[in-house]
Amino acid sequence: MTRTLDPANRTAPASVGLVWRIIPPGLYGGRASTLVERSALVNRRGWFVLVGGAFEPILFLWSLGLGFGQFVASVAGPDGQPVSYAAFVAPALLAASAMNGAVYDATFNVFFKFKYAKLYDAMLATPMGPLDIAMGEIAWALLRGGLYSAGFLAVMLGMGLIASPWALLALPAALLVAFAFGAVGMAATTFMRSWQDFDLVQLAVLPMFLFSTTFFPLSVYPGWLQAVVTWTPLYHAIELMRGLTLGVVGWGMLGHVVYFAVLAAVGTVVAARRLGSLLLD
Amino acid sequence: MQTLRASWFGFEKHWLWYRRNWRATAVSSFLSPLLFLVALGLGFGSQVQSTALIGGVPYLQYLAPALVVITAVQGATFESTYAIMSSFLWQKTYIGMVATPITPAQVVYGQVMWIGSQLFVRSVVFVVIAVALGAAGGPGIGLAVLFATLAGLAFSCPLIAYSATLDKPDSFNTVFRFVLMPMTLFTGAFFPVSQLPNWLLPLVWLTPAWHGIELARGATFGTLGLLPALGHTAYLVAMIAVGLFFSVRFFHRRLAV
Amino acid sequence: MFVNVGGVENLVEAKALTKHFGTFEAVRGIDVEVRRGEAFGFLGPNGAGKSSTMRMVACVSGRTGGELKVLGMDPDRDGPKIRARIGVVPQLDNLDLELTVRQNLQIYGRYFGMSRQRCREKAVELLEFAQLADRADHEVEPLSGGMKRRLTIARSLVNDPELLLLDEPTTGLDPQARHLLWDRLFRLKQDGVTLIITTHYMDEAEQLCDRLVVMDGGRIAAEGSPSELINRYSTREVLELRFQPGAEKPDLERFAERVEVLPDRLLLYTQDGEHTLAKVHEHGVQPIQSLVRRSSLEDVFLRLTGRTLVD
Repeated sequence: MTRTLDPANRTAPASVGLVWRIIPPGLYGGRASTLVERSALVNRRGWFVLVGGAFEPILFLWSLGLGFGQFVASVAGPDGQPVSYAAFVAPALLAASAMNGAVYDATFNVFFKFKYAKLYDAMLATPMGPLDIAMGEIAWALLRGGLYSAGFLAVMLGMGLIASPWALLALPAALLVAFAFGAVGMAATTFMRSWQDFDLVQLAVLPMFLFSTTFFPLSVYPGWLQAVVTWTPLYHAIELMRGLTLGVVGWGMLGHVVYFAVLAAVGTVVAARRLGSLLLD
Repeated sequence: MQTLRASWFGFEKHWLWYRRNWRATAVSSFLSPLLFLVALGLGFGSQVQSTALIGGVPYLQYLAPALVVITAVQGATFESTYAIMSSFLWQKTYIGMVATPITPAQVVYGQVMWIGSQLFVRSVVFVVIAVALGAAGGPGIGLAVLFATLAGLAFSCPLIAYSATLDKPDSFNTVFRFVLMPMTLFTGAFFPVSQLPNWLLPLVWLTPAWHGIELARGATFGTLGLLPALGHTAYLVAMIAVGLFFSVRFFHRRLAV
Repeated sequence: MFVNVGGVENLVEAKALTKHFGTFEAVRGIDVEVRRGEAFGFLGPNGAGKSSTMRMVACVSGRTGGELKVLGMDPDRDGPKIRARIGVVPQLDNLDLELTVRQNLQIYGRYFGMSRQRCREKAVELLEFAQLADRADHEVEPLSGGMKRRLTIARSLVNDPELLLLDEPTTGLDPQARHLLWDRLFRLKQDGVTLIITTHYMDEAEQLCDRLVVMDGGRIAAEGSPSELINRYSTREVLELRFQPGAEKPDLERFAERVEVLPDRLLLYTQDGEHTLAKVHEHGVQPIQSLVRRSSLEDVFLRLTGRTLVD
């Protein structure tokens, strides 16, 4: 896209220049919140579906206590100390549901609005820019995810699966994880051509859900596979949640936080720029 | 005879579609059940400390026949919801079909034949892989293919009838969340239903998944008596019959001019 | 020649404006000025470059080359500022199907940063304007094509735009719905809103536009008011003669100023159609059907490009 720019604009100060190159003018109108308002309006009548989303992880938790826990009395926790199986899996499910919810919102829902409903075209005829859209959609996904995560943590508390007040931080941590997955998912969605490509999303999410130490500890794997597993984003999310709810906290955890903050930032910028180049050609 | 041939045309149409679009369904129909078997059977199974609850068999072998059934029921759910609605509303394939001498009833039979054959093929593939992974508890696991297909159809047929009455897909999420999900977790696939509170058991007995799992697991470990076998099978067949009856009615109401 | 004379202000100014998509040149250097208060038309067949031009003016598509000023600002730098002051009616309705008619208007106002109170008031006013007040709380999907179109236009007015862009506003509507829509657009014009309309309907351009350009193949083929264009490129009347399909058409050049040969008929451009018809009959030519009509923009287009506009 070659554009004729005013000479005056070319000699912008270097610091401004960098920001401008990452987020060109017109990409952001400062109105992302109105997109959240729209989502709230749409979902006002669908509150049942919204509340229903909390139902699934609670069923999972219940099946853990009733069933799976009967086979496995205890598992090695993050610090090597044995913990009950339910206390081991519950934080992992919290992380996984943050991932699943965010990915679902950012891929299926966004693709539909983008390709079929042409909703974003209508929005871009207003002062809003692609970054408003990306941030607005992600913010709504986070609000929803936050609601589910809070419910999940409450049920965990009720079932005696929370061992430490650090668990309070599990809620913002879940939001950060959801932010990162949502942003990356949305960026990926802008590259999809048809519904057929969504099996690739499944292909990324499902193995992560099943194999990133959600249901069994890392020690199950042979050495080289352990290395592979520790590379997956869900593994980092699960480590973070497990540490917080079980009260095994260390400075090393900040590494996970940085990991997700970077994913979130890169994902958002890529999603906004791609939306921009697709919708504003 | 006429009906059978006409239904066959409906079946063929689905096959033609599938040949072009198989890739999209490959992940959900073949790969994902396999991943579940490996993660839970082998991964979780490696952590299992007590198998007293399941009669002392390895967890992987306990899980395998039930997972065939659960996979079939899940596959049937997707094939009997969005796919049906799309054929009425979005792709309008049914509308096109009844413009020919094919009757609404034959459309239903063609659809059910297609779903049944898909479930069968998927189950065969799954069982073959399970055997290769050492997840077979006995030669009877071969019969699980039949029972899984039967259980899948028993859920599919009433669901097709329900889908045929809808104009919007909104309530499908409710079906997935409040019917399919609990049916997956609490009908004895992952742990015995004896662990559940008693008040829940009558609900479990209503589900086709439970009957299918009882049949498949019983056949695998050779513990299935003749009378229970007949009872479970009869229940599943009855669900299919009732489902078909209402499907034909609703398809007729919607498609007849 | 009218630029900035007597306080006339140009809302859109384009010079040598181009737009390429890869190797495809959609717009190949056009000069356009749109003055405050006028209804300006882009006329041309599908693929002439009308929509690409509109998207550039609407600041949702960057230009490849040339100059463009909208409301005196550069779309590349001040896109959001410009968009805040214009209204856009796209070719295909992109209403929010998950919201009701009223909510569509209200939330759109919010996208412009208007207060909730103001959005509520504006929605009531626009529902009245679009004659949709009795449908205010209905779903959007079941509305007729004409109603959806009116809602889209109402939505584009939510920010009281100075400039309204309408991309083929009546394509696909039945005659009654078109007339209703034209009536609404007339009112807007009377209220001082500047309109830019693309269309491939001649009657629409003649009805609505004060001034227009004829576009073809990404270039401007002619510019002027509808009557100017007709005077310049056509005659007062046209005699249409229809012959048996496949029959050889007689050479009638000498009876008219100009003759166009179409697959099924001949068009004779002349000042007096009846007179010409009489002479043709005298000459012994017997068409199966004949018609005398006034010249239209369709004839202008045919003259300029050698093709009919709507095929």
